[in-house]
Amino acid sequence: MATLREVKCGHTVRVQKLCGEGAVKRRIMDMGITKGTEIFVRKAAPLGDPIEITVRGYELSLRKADAEMIEVQE
Amino acid sequence: MKVKIALAGNPNSGKTTLFNALTGSNQFVGNWPGVTVEKKEGRLKGHSDKADEAVLVDLPGIYSLSPYTLEEVVSRNFLIGERPDAVINIIDGTNLERNLYLTTQLTELGIPVIVAINMMDLVRKNGEMLNVERLSKDIGCKVVEISALKGEGIEQLAERAVALARSGKKTVPAHSFDGCVEHAIAHIEEAISGHVDKSMERWYAIKLFERDAKVQESLKLDAELLAHIEEDIVSCEQEMDDDSESIITGERYNYIGSMIEDCYTKRVRQQMSVSDKIDRVVTNRFLALPIFAVVMYIVYYVSVTTVGAFLTDWTNDTLFGEWILPGAQSALEQIGCSDWMVGLLVDGIVSGVGAVLGFVPQMLVLFAFLAFLESCGYMARIAFIMDRIFRKFGLSGKSFIPMLIGTGCGVPGIMASRTIENDRDRKMTIMTTTFIPCGAKLPIIALIAGALFDGAPWVAPSAYFVGIAAIICSGIMLKKTKLFAGDPAPFVMELPAYHMPTVENVLRSMWERGWSFIKKAGTIILVSTIFVWFAQSFGIEDGSFCMVEDMNNSILAGIGSAVAWIFTPLGWGDWKAAVAAITGLVAKENVVGTFGILYGFGEVAEDGAEVWGSLAGSMSAVAAYSFLVFNLLCAPCFAAMGAIMREMNNIRWFWYAIGYQTGLAYVVSLCIYQVGTLLTAGTFGIGTIAAFVLIACFIYLLVRPHKESQDLTVVRSVQGKLSA
Repeated sequence: MATLREVKCGHTVRVQKLCGEGAVKRRIMDMGITKGTEIFVRKAAPLGDPIEITVRGYELSLRKADAEMIEVQE
Repeated sequence: MKVKIALAGNPNSGKTTLFNALTGSNQFVGNWPGVTVEKKEGRLKGHSDKADEAVLVDLPGIYSLSPYTLEEVVSRNFLIGERPDAVINIIDGTNLERNLYLTTQLTELGIPVIVAINMMDLVRKNGEMLNVERLSKDIGCKVVEISALKGEGIEQLAERAVALARSGKKTVPAHSFDGCVEHAIAHIEEAISGHVDKSMERWYAIKLFERDAKVQESLKLDAELLAHIEEDIVSCEQEMDDDSESIITGERYNYIGSMIEDCYTKRVRQQMSVSDKIDRVVTNRFLALPIFAVVMYIVYYVSVTTVGAFLTDWTNDTLFGEWILPGAQSALEQIGCSDWMVGLLVDGIVSGVGAVLGFVPQMLVLFAFLAFLESCGYMARIAFIMDRIFRKFGLSGKSFIPMLIGTGCGVPGIMASRTIENDRDRKMTIMTTTFIPCGAKLPIIALIAGALFDGAPWVAPSAYFVGIAAIICSGIMLKKTKLFAGDPAPFVMELPAYHMPTVENVLRSMWERGWSFIKKAGTIILVSTIFVWFAQSFGIEDGSFCMVEDMNNSILAGIGSAVAWIFTPLGWGDWKAAVAAITGLVAKENVVGTFGILYGFGEVAEDGAEVWGSLAGSMSAVAAYSFLVFNLLCAPCFAAMGAIMREMNNIRWFWYAIGYQTGLAYVVSLCIYQVGTLLTAGTFGIGTIAAFVLIACFIYLLVRPHKESQDLTVVRSVQGKLSA
């Protein structure tokens, strides 16, 4: 299964599962990335990291290392 | 009856604007106990007299009531511990889904809640429809439509909130979770019944279901009961095939999804908003960095070099230098004050006050810029653009601004760290910002370069290089230490839509920060300036204690001679250099002037050209460079120390910062001098061995393996402090 890290810009994916635990995971969920949520990957920062996504109608940025915790499906 | 109302909402939901609109000028800014999170309170407009006083407490902007971030813990403790009479929950109408997530948590607290949907004017303009009555039913509390920016619906909101607080009618959440979750929660509620307030049973039950460590701790349930609860949780987790925290979060968002479907009509065709269009240019792959550079240039150019410098110079040189100081002097002399009294009042106190106020105009200009960048939404983009570089050193992308401003003056630089939300990143920024050579350190560089290096062009750039290297190395070393362990600082950050901030909000934020500098930093600056003035103007002359003519006889010279040995391993154990370093604490440019006085030249040029010869005679080139590096890195001037004290808001952290800076300066200067003399003169001694040992330690601290911890010990220690 692919993680959000591998998704190319301009693609829309659906969240399958969140790995990891603790503060980072909770924060990701609190911001609205939960099972079944649709995520649109908008762009990467000029230096390649972090990335910007659209989730639940707003813009969110997260680091690629954290995006790896999010398993997604096209 | 006096009522207390809390204002809660997501960051960027217009909370500050609403708070200002509701309270006007009746505000009190402070800190939440024990932490650097800002606390604002104010009296509601029209409710300021004793009989029907209503106090509004502005909670930090939060997305959730999880136990993981400082802001959330502070808000939670307030809501649970102090039980306000009502909560106003402000919601961004253009971003309902995520904003309602906090609402579902607030309604569970057993406190009367009223929801204020902000930016309704924008929602309508976008052609979207919101059925407020339905929404109110779905949430379980009153909903008011407002536009904080235009002041629409504010009065109605205030009246309803006060009425609600007076009625004491507790909000009962309308949402429910999946059957098996509700089953487990009901069990837990039953188990803890009697341990907690009736109205908060559900909240506690949900938190226990989530295995919230802080709630578990605070309730002090016995092990048997906890085991019993754990059984309920595990069986639910098995049924739902997920962990309990994820289940609750997912269930909340599911409910919100159904709510939105019920009452919100979105326009079908999604066209690109203005904000999207701006962002396409501003964070564009190729344009982002050039645009960032231009924005930074403008901020720096206006607030440090032109307008800011003009205002500060005017305050220092004209207002204080030409008018107030001479004015006070002649006035005091005319009424026949004694010499020492005039000295104390004019050179001690009045110029101490001048030292504090001199920074203020420049700082206000900078703060206005920062407030603008923050509220228009660009500050979040700066973090987005620069994160990659700065996080390697344990800093935030937003650390760039404090450091850039620090090249002009460290004091506003440190104050600019206020924009960094993450506690650890902010402390690290405060500790390292003053390593960058500020404007006042330039005369020292010019002095050393001129006196001993024949004005070699590499000296000044090398000073900046030393500063940058000190920041990078400190970041890498410190982030591995216990002080900065814990708190993994998730960089999961909202990029809010761009919007034009109001002039009022920018000015208010500017003034708040400026005032807090005057108030908090002012004291420490004033006291230390007076102390150094006293030490350098009094001493024993002709066998009696009096005001000295010659600084060589002053107390300060005595202190300098007493501590000079400390600097012998650094190559400048001469008491004159030690005294110069001490007066440098008042203001770094004083170092040059002090050399002038001590070598008997009186007033000298800014780069101290007169003393070049004497200095070259008393120090080797290596020792001089070591002196330069020590003065660049060691504890900054008192003004900057005051700013550090203000921003750390904690005496221990203040001393950590000052101690670390001075310690690092000492070690680096020692290594430079010892290794330098070994290379140039071939001297080998105990100092050389010490230098090599220190270098080895330094390299070890830099490269030692380190794993970022995942738990939040930092927040936990704060929790202890808050409950104490």
